[in-house]
Amino acid sequence: MIHFVLHDAKDTVAVVVVEGVKAGTAMTGWIMDEDRMINVQAQQDIPIGHKVALKDMAVGDTVLKYGIDMGKVVANIKAGQHAHVHNIKTKRW
Amino acid sequence: MSVINKDTTFLGYRRENGRVGVRNHVIILPLDDLSNAAAEAVAHNIKGTMAIPHPYGRLQFGADLELHFRTLIGAGCNPNVAAVVVIGIEDGWTKKVVDGIATTGKPVIGFGIEGHGDHETIMKASRAAREYVQWASEKQREVCGISELWVSTKCGESDTTSGCGANPTVGNAFDKLHPLGNYLCFGETSEITGGEKIVADRCANDAVRERFMFMFNRYQDMINRHKTSDLSDSQPTKGNIAGGLTTIEEKALGNIQKIGKVCTVDGVIDKAEMPTHPGLWFMDSSSAAAEMVTLCAASGYAVHFFPTGQGNVIGNAIVPVIKICSNPRTVRLMSEHIDVDTSGLLQREITLDQAGDKLLENMLRTANGRLTAAEALGHREFVLTRLFESA
Repeated sequence: MIHFVLHDAKDTVAVVVVEGVKAGTAMTGWIMDEDRMINVQAQQDIPIGHKVALKDMAVGDTVLKYGIDMGKVVANIKAGQHAHVHNIKTKRW
Repeated sequence: MSVINKDTTFLGYRRENGRVGVRNHVIILPLDDLSNAAAEAVAHNIKGTMAIPHPYGRLQFGADLELHFRTLIGAGCNPNVAAVVVIGIEDGWTKKVVDGIATTGKPVIGFGIEGHGDHETIMKASRAAREYVQWASEKQREVCGISELWVSTKCGESDTTSGCGANPTVGNAFDKLHPLGNYLCFGETSEITGGEKIVADRCANDAVRERFMFMFNRYQDMINRHKTSDLSDSQPTKGNIAGGLTTIEEKALGNIQKIGKVCTVDGVIDKAEMPTHPGLWFMDSSSAAAEMVTLCAASGYAVHFFPTGQGNVIGNAIVPVIKICSNPRTVRLMSEHIDVDTSGLLQREITLDQAGDKLLENMLRTANGRLTAAEALGHREFVLTRLFESA
C-alpha cells in the first residue's frame, strides 16, 4: 500500500493518500517523478489529503513541494508530523 | 499509443458559422434580473427549452457592462446552443444581445417587456421558442474531426489529491489534444499565484508572456487594492484547507498541473473573449468555479474538464462539465458527481498516461451525447462575473 506520495525527491512534505494514518503508522511513500519508494513513520494522526513532514524543519525554513517553494515554516516541525496551516504559511499577500 | 489521434472523430452539431457543438440547447436568455420571471415562464411553457436566469444587467457601465454583454452574447453564440430567445426589460440592450448572437447565423429573436407586460411578452416569446425547439429537434449530429472540439478546464474544491492525480490527468489529456490542433483554455488568475513563473516559462513567445504577466499583475493589484487581510480566509478556501491544502502557492502549483508537461501557452484572452487560433489559451478569470466555467462557455468552449478533490458539484447550463477525482474518499462518498475516477493513480494502479486516456474516452462519449453527472443531476450553474459596483 502507498500511504503518501510526493512529486520531487527534494520535497520536504508529502501528501497522505489513504485514510486512517495514526501516530506510529509505518508509512510507505512514492516519489512520483522518480518512481521510487521511501519510508517514514507517522508521529501524529494525519487525515487523508493532509501532508506529512519528511524532515525536521525550523521556523523560517522554506517548504518544498513539486520541488518548488510553497511557503514558510511558522512553528518547528519534526519529520513524520502533520504539516499544515498550524505550522506553514504563505509568503504572499 | 493514445486513445486519440488526428483521425479520431465524434458526433457533433455543426452550426451555421461552421463551429461544432455537442449539445442542442434552445435557450431563453434574460438580458437582466427583471426578465428572469418571463424567461422561466417561457421555458415552463415550451418543453425542451431552457431558461438561464441570472441576477445582473441593470445600471452596469464601462468595462463591467462590456463584460456583461460579452458574456451573454458569447453564451448565445456557443455552438452547444441551437437557437436563442432573448428577453429584456427594454428594447435597446435586448437588441444589442440579439444582434451579437445573430452574427453566428443561428436563429435568435428578442422581446422587450416595457409597454407590453409579462403576459404579452411570454405569449410572443413562447410562440418563437416553440418554433425554434421544433426546428432544433430535427438537427442531426454529424461526424466531426476531434480538433473541432473546444475544451476548457478549471478545478474546484481542490485538495492535495488534485495536484497529484486529477489535475495531472487533465494535463496529460491537454498534452495529447494540443498537437491535434484543438482550442484549449485554462485561467483562474489568482490561483496561479506562486506558479506564475512556470506559466510564463511555458508561453510560446515573448508577446504571449508579456500579456500573461500583464493579466497576472493586474489581478494581483486588484487583490491588493481590496484585501482586508492576507486572504487566508479565501485562498485557499475553507474546503481546500479541510482537504489538506495549506498555502496559495501549494494550491497554485497543483492547479497548473492542468496544463500538462509539454503544451505551450499560445495566447491570452480577457474574460469571455473568443480565442482566434488553435492552441492553449490563458483566460484572465475569477477562480470561483461557476464564474470561470460560465466565462469558458461565453468564449465558445464546448466541453469542460473539472478536476475536484473534496467534491465540487458544479455543472453549467450550456457546457457539459466532466468531473475528475483522485481522492478515494470523495469518490466513495460522492460517487454520483464523479465522471472519471482516477484514484488508482495514487496507488500506482494506473499510469498517468492511462488516466489521461480514461478522461479522453469519457470526453468523446460526452461529446457524442452521453450526459455528464452534473447534467443528469440538473446542475445548470450560470454565474456572471462582475468587475465593480453599478452606476
